[in-house]
Amino acid sequence: MTYLAKPRLLLADAPKNALGYTRRDYEGAISTLCAGCGHDSISAALVQACFDLDIEPHRVAKLSGIGCSSKTPDYFLGNSHGLNTVHGRMPSVLTGAALANRDLIYLGVSGDGDSASIGIGQFAHVMRRGVNMTYIVENNGVYGLTKGQFSATTDLGSKNKRGVINSDSPIDLVALALQLGASYVARSFSGDKEQLIPLLKGALRHRGAAFIDVISPCVTFNNHPGSTKSYDYVREHNEAVNRLDVILPRDTITASYAAGTVRRVVQHDGSVLHLRKVGDDYDPTDRIEAMNHLHERHALGEIVTGLLYVDSSAEDLHRHLNTVEKPLNKLGDAYLCPGSKALDALNASLR
Amino acid sequence: MNAMKTALQRCNDFVIKFANVNGSGSASANDLFARAIIRMGVPVAPRNIFPSNIQGMPTWYEMRVSAAGWLGRRGGCDLMVAMNPQTWDKDVAELESGGYLFYDSTKQLPRSKFRDDITVLGVPLTEMCNREYSDARQRQLFKNVMYVGALTALLAMEFAEVEKLIGEQFRGKDKLISANINALKRGYEYAREHLPCPIGLRVERSDQVGDRIFIDGNSACGLGAVYGGATVAAWYPITPSTSVVEAFTSYCRKYRTDPDNGACRYAIIQAEDELASIGMVIGAGWNGARAFTATSGPGISLMQEFFGLAYFAEIPAVIVDVQRGGPSTGMPTRTQQSDLLSCAYASHGDTKHVLIFPEDPYECFELGAQAFDLAERLQTPVFVMTDLDIGMNDRLCKPFAWDDKQRYDRGKLMTYEALEAGKDFGRYLDVDGDGIPYRTIPGTHPTRGAYFTRGTTRNAYAKYSEAGADYVYNMERLRRKFDTARSLVPAPVLRAAKEPTTVGVIHYGSTSAAMEEASVTLEAQGIHADTLRVRAFPFSDAVLDFVAAHEHVFVVEQNESAQLRTLLINEGEINPKKLIRVLHYDGTPITARYIAAKIADALSERKVTSIRKKVAT
Repeated sequence: MTYLAKPRLLLADAPKNALGYTRRDYEGAISTLCAGCGHDSISAALVQACFDLDIEPHRVAKLSGIGCSSKTPDYFLGNSHGLNTVHGRMPSVLTGAALANRDLIYLGVSGDGDSASIGIGQFAHVMRRGVNMTYIVENNGVYGLTKGQFSATTDLGSKNKRGVINSDSPIDLVALALQLGASYVARSFSGDKEQLIPLLKGALRHRGAAFIDVISPCVTFNNHPGSTKSYDYVREHNEAVNRLDVILPRDTITASYAAGTVRRVVQHDGSVLHLRKVGDDYDPTDRIEAMNHLHERHALGEIVTGLLYVDSSAEDLHRHLNTVEKPLNKLGDAYLCPGSKALDALNASLR
Repeated sequence: MNAMKTALQRCNDFVIKFANVNGSGSASANDLFARAIIRMGVPVAPRNIFPSNIQGMPTWYEMRVSAAGWLGRRGGCDLMVAMNPQTWDKDVAELESGGYLFYDSTKQLPRSKFRDDITVLGVPLTEMCNREYSDARQRQLFKNVMYVGALTALLAMEFAEVEKLIGEQFRGKDKLISANINALKRGYEYAREHLPCPIGLRVERSDQVGDRIFIDGNSACGLGAVYGGATVAAWYPITPSTSVVEAFTSYCRKYRTDPDNGACRYAIIQAEDELASIGMVIGAGWNGARAFTATSGPGISLMQEFFGLAYFAEIPAVIVDVQRGGPSTGMPTRTQQSDLLSCAYASHGDTKHVLIFPEDPYECFELGAQAFDLAERLQTPVFVMTDLDIGMNDRLCKPFAWDDKQRYDRGKLMTYEALEAGKDFGRYLDVDGDGIPYRTIPGTHPTRGAYFTRGTTRNAYAKYSEAGADYVYNMERLRRKFDTARSLVPAPVLRAAKEPTTVGVIHYGSTSAAMEEASVTLEAQGIHADTLRVRAFPFSDAVLDFVAAHEHVFVVEQNESAQLRTLLINEGEINPKKLIRVLHYDGTPITARYIAAKIADALSERKVTSIRKKVAT
C-alpha cells in the first residue's frame, strides 16, 4: 500500500549533512515489497548515498519502468519528482527528461524483466547514447509481481518453485553495458551495502551512462537453494574486483594509500574514486580487460562485483548534441521563437 | 496523325504529367518547371506519385495548372511527358482525347505505340545529350533540364523566368548555372525549330499567385515546431513523415544556434524505434520542455501504450501524424486519412485524444505551432493529423504569419512562489472546474510540489489509490477536461452556399482544395451546399449545430470506413442515417470531379432534385 506515508519521527540528534538535511529527508513512502526484499536494501543504500553526497533531493529525478523494482522510487527521495513509466521504457522517458533539463541528476530504476526482457532494446540504446544517468537494475532473476516466472537473467539450469529448470541462456547486462559503451559499469549485491553505497556514489557523480547491476534476491520466489540469485549463492560465489571509496572534491584528500593496492580515478567533477584492490591486477579503466575478466570468472561460476569499468573522461549525450548550457526547459520565448521578421524573409524565399 | 483539329486548346488551365523513373534526377527539373509557371503568376498544384523505392521504379509528377486557383487534383491528363518506357502504354492511354504526348524520339517507335486522337511531340533527348555530354550522370541529369527547355517553348513560357530560377537555384556555383542554362537552351531551341510552338496548351503571364508561398506541409510542420517553441524532437524514420524532423533540424540550425558559441537551443534524437521516440517526447514534456515526434500509421500503432500513459498521467506531447495508406504497411507512398480512429481513441482503457486537421502548409505551420500551446494548456497529447498529400507535395498557400506579441501558453504551472506561499497542490485536483489540474516541473521547490507520476490510478494528490471513488473522480475530471478542449481547439470553417440550402458537406484536412472546387461545380449544376471544414476533434458546438441545421449531410473523407463520420455519430450522438458517406481511398488524392459526382448522384437518388426550389417553397 504505497499510499501510506511514513510517520515523521524526528530525532533531535539525527545526523545532518552539509545541507542540514537528515537521512529522513531522503526517504520516501513505506515500502510495500515483501519483508526481506533485496530491493529495500538498495533503496536504503540510495538514501545513504544521496545523504552522504549532500544532493538536494529536488535536484534528482527518479524514473522507473514496471515491476517490483520499478515501484521502489516511491520508497526513497520523497522530495524528488518521480515518473513510473510503462514496462521496459524507462530509458527513453529518462532520455527525454534529461534532454529537457541537463541540470538534474537522473536515476533510472529497473529490474531484470524490465531491462533484460521487454526493455532490452531501450536499455541498449540508452547505454550507447551516453545519457547522463545512473541506471540501476535490481536483478533478482525472476518476475516477482506476476509471481515467479523466469526472467531473461535467470541462470541456465536454475530451478523455479515448481521445479521447472530454466533452459534459456541468461543475459548478463553488465557484459552488454560494457560492450554498448556505458562509461561506468559496476555490479554489486543488495546485501553488501559497504560495497553498494560507494558504487552508487561514484555512479551519481559520474557524467555519462553509469550502469549498476545489483543482484537482489527475491525472498518470495527466488531465494531457494536452486537459485543462483539467492542470498546464499551470491555470498558464496561473489568475487569482488575492488573496494570503492568516493571522495568529494571539497574534502582534503589525505587518505594514504599504498602503491599497488589502491587506484585513484578522478572523475569529471573532481570527485575521486579510490579503488581498493582485492582482485589480481584488475584495471578498471580497460574495457577489454573488464570484459575478459567478467567472462573468465563467469566460467568459474563466480559473480564478479565491484567497479568493473570507468571512463572518467567520458562525454554525455548533451556534449554530443552540443546543446546550450542552460536547460532547454528554461529557455524563454525570445530564445526559441525566431519572430515575424525572420518569417517574412523566409516567406520571400518561398516565392 | 490528324489530331490537330481536335487538339485541346487551353490557356493556364490544364494538367501535365511527367512519367519518370525514380532516381533519375527528374524531381528537381520538374520542380523548376512548376516554379517557373508560378513566377509567371499562374497557380500550379503539383503532386508526386512515387513508389516506396529509391531507384528504378516508375514515378510520376502530376501538375495542375489552374488560373482559377484550384489546387486539388483534377483527374485526367492533357500533356504527358513520357520519359519512362516501362509505363509507356499506361501513360499514353491516360491522355485525354485531344491531348499531347511529349517523348524522347531518339528511338523510333512503331505507330501502334501511339494514339490517333493525340498530338505527338518528339525530341531526341538521348541523342542530343549523348552528343553534348560524355559523362553518364550528366547525360541523365541534363536530359531532364532539356525537356524543361523544350516544354518552355511548346507552352510559350517565358524563357527568362526559367533561366532566372536556375540562377537562383545554383547561386554561387557559376559552372552549374551555365551548364544547366545551356541544356535548357538546347531543348528550347530544338522545340522552336522542329515542333509547332506553341501547342494548344499555353501558359500566359497572369497575376493569380499574389503573395502566396510554395512549400510542402512537412517543412511547414517542422517550421511550426520551431515557432511553437519545441526544443526536443525524437523520431524514427518513416515515410511520409521523415521530412518533418529533417525540416525541423535545418530550421533549428538556422534559427536556434546560439550566435555566441554555436551551441544548440534544441535536441533532436533519431530514436531506435517509435516507442522510444514517443517515450522521449513524454519524458521531455514531463520535465517542462516542449517536445514532439513525427510519424505515420505504423508508428502510431507502436506508440499506443505510451499515448495512454501521457493521457492518464497528463503529460503534454505533440505528435505529427502524416497519414499514409493503411492498414499494416499498406501503401507507404500513397495518401489517406485513415488514422483518425486509432488516434482519437488511442491506447487501452477509456481514452480520448485531441486531433487537429490542417488543410495545407499554412495550417501545418499555424496549427502545428498552436498544438504546443494546446498540449501544455490541456496537459495531454495533441495529434496534428496531416497526410502524404499535404506533407510531401509543394503547395501554394498563404504566407506564414506570426504575431510577435503572442507568448507561449505554458498552461497551469505551479510556481516556486506559489508553493513557497503554501498554496495547496494536488496534482490531479480540479481547482478551477475545467478539469485541468496544476502541475509542477521537477526541481521547482526543495521541499514542496514533488509527486510521483504514474500510469496507475491515484487520488487527486497523486497518491496511489485503487479506491473506486478516487478513480471515478479522476475519470470524470478527464472527461471535463476533454469538454474544455472543445472550446480551445481550432474552430471549424464554414463556407455558406450562395442560396439557402438543406444540403451540408463536412470535410477536413487535405480534402479542402478539391472540396472548394466541387462546391463551385455543384453550384453550376444548381446544387447548393454549405460546407464545413472541421479542424479539430473534439467537435465544437458549431460542428454539431451544422449537422442539426441541414437535412442532408455529406461527410467527405479519404478512408474506407468513414472515420470522421464514426466520430460524429459516436461523439455527437447523431443519427447515422443523416450522415451520407463520400469516401475515396485508392491512395490518390481525392478530386473535385469525384466529390461533385458522388454528391449529385446521392441527391438524385434521394430525389432531392432542386434544392433551391425546396428551400424557397
